[in-house]
Amino acid sequence: MKVRVVELHRVSKTFANVRAVDTVSFRVDEGEFFSLLGPSGCGKTTTLRLIAGFETPDADGGEVRIAGARVNERRPYERGLGMVFQSYALFPHRDVERNVGFGLEQRGTPRNEIPSRVAKALELVRLDPATFTKRMPAQLSGGERQRVALARALVLEPRILLLDEPLGALDLKLRKQMQLELKALNRSLGITFVYVTHDQEEALAMSDRIAVMDHARIAQLGNPAEIYENPRTAFVASFIGDSNFFEGEVERANADAVMVTRATTRFLVPGDSNVPGGATVRIAVRPEWMDLFAVGAVPEGENSVVGTVAEVIYLGETIHVLLARDDGEPLKVALRNEGQLANPIGWRRGARVAAAWRPEDCQVLAEDP
Amino acid sequence: MRSRRRLLAWTARRPHLPGYGLLAPGLAWLAVFFVVPILLVAGYSVMRRGIYGGVEVGLTVEHYRRFFEPLYLEVLGRTLLWSLGATVACLVLGYPVALAIARAKRWRQVLLVLVILPFWTSFLVRTFAMIFLLRDTGLVNRALLTLGVIDQPIQLLYTPFAVLVGLVYGFLPLMILPIYASLEKVDDTLLEAAEALGARPRARFFQVILPLSMPGVVAGCLLTFIPALGSFVTSDLLGGAKQVMIGNLIQSQFTTARNWPFGSAAALVVMGLVLAIVVAYLRRPDREALVG
Repeated sequence: MKVRVVELHRVSKTFANVRAVDTVSFRVDEGEFFSLLGPSGCGKTTTLRLIAGFETPDADGGEVRIAGARVNERRPYERGLGMVFQSYALFPHRDVERNVGFGLEQRGTPRNEIPSRVAKALELVRLDPATFTKRMPAQLSGGERQRVALARALVLEPRILLLDEPLGALDLKLRKQMQLELKALNRSLGITFVYVTHDQEEALAMSDRIAVMDHARIAQLGNPAEIYENPRTAFVASFIGDSNFFEGEVERANADAVMVTRATTRFLVPGDSNVPGGATVRIAVRPEWMDLFAVGAVPEGENSVVGTVAEVIYLGETIHVLLARDDGEPLKVALRNEGQLANPIGWRRGARVAAAWRPEDCQVLAEDP
Repeated sequence: MRSRRRLLAWTARRPHLPGYGLLAPGLAWLAVFFVVPILLVAGYSVMRRGIYGGVEVGLTVEHYRRFFEPLYLEVLGRTLLWSLGATVACLVLGYPVALAIARAKRWRQVLLVLVILPFWTSFLVRTFAMIFLLRDTGLVNRALLTLGVIDQPIQLLYTPFAVLVGLVYGFLPLMILPIYASLEKVDDTLLEAAEALGARPRARFFQVILPLSMPGVVAGCLLTFIPALGSFVTSDLLGGAKQVMIGNLIQSQFTTARNWPFGSAAALVVMGLVLAIVVAYLRRPDREALVG
C-alpha cells in the first residue's frame, strides 16, 4: 500500500487577478522522486511554495494535504518539510556549521549533539567536515554552497524534501554529477523528493514521475517514458524533446488504423487513437523515430513525406538532418551516428529525400488546454 | 624628444597615475579646508591666550591640563551621557521604523521622503519649534492639562529631558536611513529558508534580520553619536544655561570667553575621543563576520 505523502486536491492560487496555479491535483507517494516541469511562469514554483506553506491556496482553492492531513492553514515550520532554494539562501553571517545547525538550534537540540549531527549531514552531501565547518558561505564555490544548502535541509531528517531548481546555477558537468547524487540520496534515505525544474533532460533523468505544467495547469502527468514517448499535447511534445508536427483530417477510422489526410499526403496512425472520422487532428513524431530513404524507396506500410535537405548538423552522438518539406514546413530527422569517417551518410544539402516512420510512432495529440 | 620618451615610459610604469589626477581637486579641497584648519587649531591649543581674543606667541600645555579639571570633565561626562542616551533612543525608535519601511513594498518611497522631509528646513528653526512644544504653555503641557493627567504644567523645557528630545528629533533620520539601507538588502529568501528550518518570527528577527542589519546599526549609531557629541544648538536652546554640553563650552571659548587656546585644546580632546571611539567600534572582532 503506497502512502500518499503529499496530495494536492483541486488547488488554485491567484495573485492580483492572475491565476498562477489553476485547479491542480496530484499526489506524491512515499519515497518518490516527483518533478514539476515546465517553462518559466507555468506555475511550478508557486505549486512548490503551496506545498511548502509560503503560499496558501485561494479561499475556494482546494486543499493541500501532507501525510493525509489538510495543511492549508499550517505555517511552513509546522509541515515537517525540508526545502532547498535556487539561490541556496545560506545565511551569509553564519559559517557552514552554524548554517547546517540552524534548524537543530530552532528545535532545541542539545548543544553538544549539534556538531556531530552537522558533520554527519555534511558527509551525506560529500563535504569533508574538517575542511568546511568553519568556512563562511562567501568562501564556498557554487557547488559547495548547493551541498551545504542540501545538508542544512537533510540534517533535520525531513520526510519530504522540496527542491526549487537547485541545480540551475551550476555548470553542466557539476549539474549532471549532482543529479546522480540527488537521485542516490532519494533512494538511500527514503525521503520523498518534490523537484521543480525547467530542464526536461534533468526531469527525465531523475524522476519517478513528472508533472508537466503549462499555463498554471498540469498538461500531462506520468513517468518519464510516458511523457516522452506518448505526449498528449503539442505543448508536451515540443517542450520535452523535439517533435515534428503534422495536421490533417481523419478520413476513415477502423480498429487497426486511422487514415489522416492532408492535401496529397496520407498518414496511417495507430487504430487505438480515439478519434472520430472528419475531425482535425495533430500528430507528433520524434525526430529519432524517423529515417531517411531515397524518394520511392520507402518501405511498405510506413508513413513518409518528401523534402529537400536544408542542413546536416553533426552532433557527435547523433546527426540532425533538417529538411524543408515540399509544403514549406521544416522537419527534423535525427540519425544515429554510425561513424562518418568509415561510413558517411549519403545525404547532402539540396538532396531530395523521403523521411519515413512507422504508424505506431505517431502520437495523436489532444488540443492544448 | 628623448625627455618626452622618458616621460612616457615613466607614466607607463605608473598605471595608477590618472587616478591620482582625478583625486587631486578633492585632495586639494581637503588640504585647504580640513587639514590646515586642524593644524591651526592644534597650533592654537599650545599657545598663550591673547587678552582680547586670539593667541599670543608661546608654548604651553596649560590648556590641556585645565580641561581635565573636574568642572570640565563633568561637562564632558554629561555630553557623553546625553549623546549616548540620544543614540540609544534613536536606535530603539528608529530600528522599527527602518524595518517597517524596508517591509513596505508600495509606500516605501513615500515613507523615505517623509523621513528626509525635516532636512528641508533649518535645524535651528526646527529646534525653536521644539520650544513651542515643550514650554509650560506649550502643546504637550496643554494637552496633558486638558486630559486631566496633570493639574500644573510640568517643567519640560530647560531640562536634560528637553535636550534629549531635541537630539533624538534632530538625529533620528541619520539612524533610520543606514539601517533601512542594510535591511533592504536582506534577501527575503533567507527569511523563508529560516522559516522552513523551524524559525519562529522572534528567531527570524534575532538570528537573521538583526545580525544582517548590523552594518547599518553601526553606521547609524556613529552618525547619531558623533554629531550629538559636538552639538551645541540643541542644548543652548532647549537645555538653558545650566545644562552645558561640550559643544557649548568650546563655542563660548571662541566667542564670549575669548579663550581660543582653551577652546582649541577642548576641541582636540573631543576629536581624539571620537576618533578613539570610532576606531574601537570599527575594529570589533566580529565585524569581519558581519560584513563578510
